Amino acid sequence: MDFVLVQLLNGISYGLLLFMLASGLTLVFSLMGVLNFAHASFYMLGAYFAYQASVLVGFWPALVIAPLAAAGLGMLVERFGLRRAHPHGHVAELLFTFGLAYLVEEAVHLIWGRSAVNYKIPPELDGPLFSIMGTQFPVYRGFMALIAVAMLVSIWLVLTRTRIGLVITAALTHPGTVEALGHNVPRVFMLVFGGGVGLAALAGVVGGNAFVTDPGMAAALGPIIFVIVVTGGMGSLAGAFYASLIIGCLVTFSVALDWRLADLFARFGLAVTPQTPLATLWNIKLSQAAPTLPYLLMVLMLILRPRGLMGTREG
Amino acid sequence: MSAAAALELRAVRKSFGKTDIIRGVSLEIRKGERHAVIGPNGAGKSTLFNLMSGRFEPSAGEILLNGEAITGLRPFQINRRGLSRSFQITNIFHNLSVYENVRCGVLWAAGYRYSFWHRVGGLRHIAERTEEVMARIGLAGQRDVPAGLLSYADQRALEIGITIAGGADVILLDEPTAGMSRSETERAIELIRGVTEGRTLVMVEHDMGVVFGLADRISVLVYGEVLATGTQQEVQANAAVQEAYLGGLHPGGGAAGA
Amino acid sequence: MGVPMTRGRWATWGGAALALALAPQVISGGFALTLMTQMAIMIIFALSYNMLLGQGGMLSFGHAVYSGLGAYFAVHALNLVAKGAIGYPVSLLPLVGGLAGALFGALFGWVSTRRAGTTFAMISLGIVELVYAMVLMLPGFFGGEGGISTNRTAGGAHLGVTLGPAIQVYYLAAAWCFASMIAMFALTQTPLGRMANAVRDNPERAEFVGYDTQHVRFLQFVLSAFFAGVSGALSCINYEIVTAENVSAVRSGGVLVAAFIGGTPFFFGPVIGAIVYVFFVGALSGFSQAWLLYLGLFFVVMVLYAPGGIASLIAMQFPVIRSGRLRELLPSYLAAAGAAAVAILGLVGVVEMIYRVSDASLSPQMTLFGLTFHARAAAPWIGFGLTLAAGLALLRGASRRVSARWRAVQAVLGGAAPGRRA
Repeated sequence: MDFVLVQLLNGISYGLLLFMLASGLTLVFSLMGVLNFAHASFYMLGAYFAYQASVLVGFWPALVIAPLAAAGLGMLVERFGLRRAHPHGHVAELLFTFGLAYLVEEAVHLIWGRSAVNYKIPPELDGPLFSIMGTQFPVYRGFMALIAVAMLVSIWLVLTRTRIGLVITAALTHPGTVEALGHNVPRVFMLVFGGGVGLAALAGVVGGNAFVTDPGMAAALGPIIFVIVVTGGMGSLAGAFYASLIIGCLVTFSVALDWRLADLFARFGLAVTPQTPLATLWNIKLSQAAPTLPYLLMVLMLILRPRGLMGTREG
Repeated sequence: MSAAAALELRAVRKSFGKTDIIRGVSLEIRKGERHAVIGPNGAGKSTLFNLMSGRFEPSAGEILLNGEAITGLRPFQINRRGLSRSFQITNIFHNLSVYENVRCGVLWAAGYRYSFWHRVGGLRHIAERTEEVMARIGLAGQRDVPAGLLSYADQRALEIGITIAGGADVILLDEPTAGMSRSETERAIELIRGVTEGRTLVMVEHDMGVVFGLADRISVLVYGEVLATGTQQEVQANAAVQEAYLGGLHPGGGAAGA
Repeated sequence: MGVPMTRGRWATWGGAALALALAPQVISGGFALTLMTQMAIMIIFALSYNMLLGQGGMLSFGHAVYSGLGAYFAVHALNLVAKGAIGYPVSLLPLVGGLAGALFGALFGWVSTRRAGTTFAMISLGIVELVYAMVLMLPGFFGGEGGISTNRTAGGAHLGVTLGPAIQVYYLAAAWCFASMIAMFALTQTPLGRMANAVRDNPERAEFVGYDTQHVRFLQFVLSAFFAGVSGALSCINYEIVTAENVSAVRSGGVLVAAFIGGTPFFFGPVIGAIVYVFFVGALSGFSQAWLLYLGLFFVVMVLYAPGGIASLIAMQFPVIRSGRLRELLPSYLAAAGAAAVAILGLVGVVEMIYRVSDASLSPQMTLFGLTFHARAAAPWIGFGLTLAAGLALLRGASRRVSARWRAVQAVLGGAAPGRRA
């Protein structure tokens, strides 16, 4: 029971981190119709910027500086890159962000090298928050979850309570009308893109030192975020939220469990021996299979419910 | 009378969320007739077409093609049963040439299905049929022009060409003369008259001259309901139609011949 | 438009055959031969990819699944031949790879083609990650991290061909390359091929002319996976090893880049792209650590400024050449090329210096373009930086001039082709 509780808390905090990434991606997709392949690259940039800043001025200023720097970079990318690709269609935009992901990874190689950097959790946040029946729940996980919730609440407030939020929400479905009313829709796009990747960078700031900060982190996390977006339903923020939590918990639980299909068969009286066909398959532990689970979930979702948890039907 | 009905709608309803667009339409299109659907903007005419051609599924009611139920079938299934439609907003293959566009309309009916072992250029009857349709729609001279580069009127003609290329028995044309000049409209009417000879035509139109010149019967659709169906005289004399459509039924000079 | 075998087409196909046959005689050397074999294999892979993207409108980030799984099945077949368990001509191994590719193409394609557009792209990414992870999880069949090795001469000698010498491997790859090119071109001329184009342009309308769009995509997907498997088997023969990298997202990204820079709207585009890509990766990677950065920049520039690829840039010149007006454009083209060269010079200098400076294990003394300098000194930074800035400024002006000249020529020609953007 204590195991379940601890893993649940871990899973939820990881899921919230994933949602920070998935929400920015979904917002940009809903508004601009482009799925930012380089979204996880900004997650990586957030971590590296924060590392560099924390080495120079400490973690707490880095928490503010890094996402802002990434957001600024994102706005430049939108203004001078994405906007150029826009007339050529969605495929060109997606391919531009795909090339951008390559470039960011190579730039990171260039500047910080190919191995991981020592981006550490600040000492004041290190340590256990509380203990549940012997297992510790780290302060930093709680901090991560707190940042995620705070950020999401702020976004909700901005979108529903401020003028710019109103303009953005309107431009989500009727950009032409909004532009005709005199609002600078291209600038709105630039701000939203910058905001979206800034969110990803913030996730990187808090995630990079909890997990590892190395040049492969974008390529490792990126596909999972896309799986979340597809499973939750393209363009649905609520779907992304549920999918993030589900996948966050799924991965967290499975990494810690050594269940095998062979054990399941044994319960029904079927013994799996080395001679059994596909014996290797039945003996794979859940912890080994953990990386494949999000993708299996996506394939299952595509077979049973192609539009995702809360997506709209295509066409 | 169902035996003679090419297309029949029975108590068809269509809602999008809480909004009712089609509120119980029962309509019978007789085999071989030319039937026009008219009505004010927002009446649901395009939605009706979308229901008939399978783009939308009815919320309630039944649709029958040649006596066979087609409710809920996908567009390609309905098309294979002999119903073909054109679109109000030109919906062609813009990167393909005029010839290829028409040929796409010919391919399925020609029976080669998804073959990847026949060289399509060597299939003579497909080529002949495509040339024939292109000549009919007057685009033979622009055979290899990418469809996206045609003029608007030529694209509308191509739109009709793709629709009739497969030889479907029931043809739905959605505002075929929209945006055309007087002379272009006259040419379009002749084209439509010619290609729908011996077939069933259902047409959405705003130009009353076209309607009165071509249609055997007219249905008036207002707010998702059919107010009246009948010949031009019957419909013009209908009181409800007059009330809904005051002054709009008298063609001003009309482009239609008899 | 049944494509008639006009003189032009005979010339193109004949030329391609000739080029494939004579390349090793014209360009000699072991390294060149290696590159040419890789190019032949990559051409098949890139053409198969374009069956999806250029012809079918399906953007896939996971095409290496089919070439990789084809390679795995081919390597097992080859090892069975080596053990004497089965008799099968090694030269026909690509068929095994192709069938394996097609099988998995059917399996994954059934799921993938249920959605289109961006969702399809994301699904393809999910599938390649899934397959990659599973390959590492099942070492029995896939050999784990070390992969599966083989010996391509295992089949013995047939008509004097053992596939031992590299030149024989080249000619095997070249023969399969030519055969695949013909086959894939022929497919574009079939009802399926034509409807794949239609579905790409307007999937909705294709439904209304009687075609199940999903089925068209599915069939195109399976055929594309077949040829990907062919290229995978050739890769297995060439390298004599198949590892998880063969089914990776990285390799999938590579074929995407290759096809795209060559030009997806044109059948021969990916052929050009494959050649350029292999050259970049093979030749350039020996010269600089930053080759992937340069490739990435080249790709992004192509996406933004020439989305139709190198083939489109060439094709745009045809009407100009036919009317004899190329002379009018040549000076501006050369000026732009010169400006680009200056910018590239500056860029390479800056990038290489950053690499030197950031890697503490390398000595800061470096040689570039024949110049020797210290990577931490101010002078080379300023020098290369200014060169880069100057190059970009010159490029701006030069490209504007190209655009203006282009528009002028197009106006004279009647302006059927779109002008280049500045």
